[in-house]
Amino acid sequence: MLGWELPPHNSGGLGVACYHLSKALALEGASIDFVVPYSAPHDNIDYMEIHNATTLSPLDRYGMGAYDSDFTVVTEPGSTVTDVKDIRGVQRHYTKYVERLVGRKEFDAIHAHDWLTMEAGIRAKQLTGAPLIVHVHATEFDRAGGNQGNPIVHEIEYQGLMVADRIIAVSDITKKIIVNKYGIPADKVEVMHNAIDPTSFDDGYTYDNRTYRYLEGLKEEGYTVVSAVTRFTIQKGLEYLVRAVAKASERYDRIALLLAGDGEQRNELIELASELGISDRIFFTGFVRGKQWRDAYNVSDIFVMSSVSEPFGLTALEAAHHDNALIITKQSGVSEVLNSIFTYDFWDIDRLADQIVGIATSDALKNSLKENVLNEYAQLSWNDVAAKCMTMYKSTHKARERVFA
Amino acid sequence: MAKRGITLYLHVHQPLRVRDYSVFDTAIDHNYFNDPDPLSDRNNEKVFRKVADKSYRPMNALLEKLLAEHDDFKLSLSITGTFLEQAEKWAPDVIASFQRLVATGKVEIVAETYYHSLAFFYSRTEFERQVEAHKTKIRELFNVETSVFRNTELAYNDSLAQWADEYGFKGILAEGWDPILDWRSPNFVYQPEGTKNISLLLKNYKLSDDLAFRFSNKAWSEWPLTANKYTEWANASIEDSPLINLFMDYETFGEHQWQDTGIFDFFEDFVGRWISNPDNTFYTVSEAIDANKPVGELSMPATVTWADAERDLTAWLGNSMQQEAMGHLYALEADILRTKDADLINDWRKLQTSDHAYYMCTKWFSDGDVHAYFSPYESPYDAFLYYMNVIRDLRWRLHETHRTGALNG
Repeated sequence: MLGWELPPHNSGGLGVACYHLSKALALEGASIDFVVPYSAPHDNIDYMEIHNATTLSPLDRYGMGAYDSDFTVVTEPGSTVTDVKDIRGVQRHYTKYVERLVGRKEFDAIHAHDWLTMEAGIRAKQLTGAPLIVHVHATEFDRAGGNQGNPIVHEIEYQGLMVADRIIAVSDITKKIIVNKYGIPADKVEVMHNAIDPTSFDDGYTYDNRTYRYLEGLKEEGYTVVSAVTRFTIQKGLEYLVRAVAKASERYDRIALLLAGDGEQRNELIELASELGISDRIFFTGFVRGKQWRDAYNVSDIFVMSSVSEPFGLTALEAAHHDNALIITKQSGVSEVLNSIFTYDFWDIDRLADQIVGIATSDALKNSLKENVLNEYAQLSWNDVAAKCMTMYKSTHKARERVFA
Repeated sequence: MAKRGITLYLHVHQPLRVRDYSVFDTAIDHNYFNDPDPLSDRNNEKVFRKVADKSYRPMNALLEKLLAEHDDFKLSLSITGTFLEQAEKWAPDVIASFQRLVATGKVEIVAETYYHSLAFFYSRTEFERQVEAHKTKIRELFNVETSVFRNTELAYNDSLAQWADEYGFKGILAEGWDPILDWRSPNFVYQPEGTKNISLLLKNYKLSDDLAFRFSNKAWSEWPLTANKYTEWANASIEDSPLINLFMDYETFGEHQWQDTGIFDFFEDFVGRWISNPDNTFYTVSEAIDANKPVGELSMPATVTWADAERDLTAWLGNSMQQEAMGHLYALEADILRTKDADLINDWRKLQTSDHAYYMCTKWFSDGDVHAYFSPYESPYDAFLYYMNVIRDLRWRLHETHRTGALNG
């Protein structure tokens, strides 16, 4: 398994998905070697072997997230890798490591996640002949949020998708992009929606109503708290959310917006809010982890996923787990697996404002959305995803044996 | 015929910067102004101690020396309440040195708002309370009465002058800005439009800013500025007129222009040269007014400040963040004052200091004039977020402790 991050050293949903998928696969009987591009202890993981492809610390890697292709690596003092200037350099070291790994150990399948590890996956397939499964959590089209994106990344994605024996897409939306934008035959792509492991939230956490004390105070005054827990990038469509909250506030004045996260768009959003005269209704937390992150979901009544393009959108399931009513753009993959939600087109500010006011002014609506989505998200299981993966591994392996027989 | 005089007026101020006050502090921790990080630029004690060493101590020592050496050397100071409170805590010797200066009888204290606020533009009653508070503080520490007024950032208009006239001030200070003055010179005393007994002193911004802004600028064609050259300029400027009003931040000496630029030596040299001419002297602001009858009326209907090329309030109230922040702050006035909770009221007033709004200024993004602005924050957006969180916490205290006001502002 070729990945880029695992909790707690993850910058987003990719690491979470890899963690749970691997765990479920291990339960299905798979023996997994998981390669990450940094060195750090993963004491919480005992169901697979983790390989550290470089001596870089996750701190070196944080800026690189699983998402950005343009940044520079600032090497921590003490790192023995010194010739790494950017993500391409990390990928080079990563691929070399994978080459050595497949030289000394045999594998039945190579499972590579996103463009970050596709080159290493291609190399491993060339060296071993094992089938390559490319798992697409996001494409450069998603990350670019309507812009061109990085041509090098596009090219790597195209190569990986072409060379792959099978492709897993995390949603129908993503499958469409793979077929339409990269010209990959549809029957090579199987959709496997992400899931959520509710037991992963059972870590002794309890909500104490204190972290967001001011928001709790507002709720006592009848406010409805709308939240987004995300990176502040164009892809996430937060500008539309802020505008919708301004519109909704004109009609119903007890709405607060919690924007949990950080990113390049933050200053723009702050400025927009003040131009719209609603700074006072918006709470910027900065990047949140751990308890602050859990509490953000808990203080919230309505979770909005405003993405312009979202292959899946795991945070929506997390929000459902924490008792939120969900409003999700039609451009987000997670909307394909949930019914008890409101959906809107990412640009449709009026509709989003309507939905926010509708939920805020009707306890009956709010409560039924919350309760029903709780039942739905619980049906989504990583075990089902893992079972499908195992079937795919076996079928590609057999197909190959036949070819070489 | 009275002597030709320089009216030197220095403005002494330090704000209480808001620490990195997050959503997670709001409604929990009511400490806004004490940054625990000893290295932070928001650590007011650190900043104060640094500026005390670089500017207040050496400059006061120099001023004391010049006052003793030259009978004719005089100056005026405005010292904000937020400065005095910090000096009392962290550098009482600096207070003592200012007291010695005032005790010479040749250093006049100018009145202003205690909190260096823009309250005049939001609440006339709050503004007057702060002028009173400042008068009281000056009386307590220096045992003198103030009689000439300057508003924060020299923000001035006709209605301010009319207020000061009715209040009983004999003088008021403003920027001598060309578009207002037209053919007139800032080197005379004027009478503000619509007033009876008050005189207006105008800053000679060319000669003032030569020191305040340009002195150490090596790209400036006149660099290095010598006392000899500056004396020539002063002589040229004052010809046929009675006054040169040099108004600037006190911190010009040692903080804005560091000691290694030669600013202290320059200043000592210049004072000596100026006074060596028997026709020349220095005036305090009151003496300048007493010695010179107004030559005419002057009107400034729109607000003029001493900042930027625009000389307006846009550095403080120009963008929507600044307007929102100040709007929310002043909206709390009645609820806050009603509590009679001294801590709460003081915190609310410390937040009125104009520097807070200045840190939210974004106009230098378009000017490209980044270096003209100083902020202890990473960005104006950070300054805004911290400040808004503090306003919310004030509301929380009103709500929790005093059961007045709602959290929704």
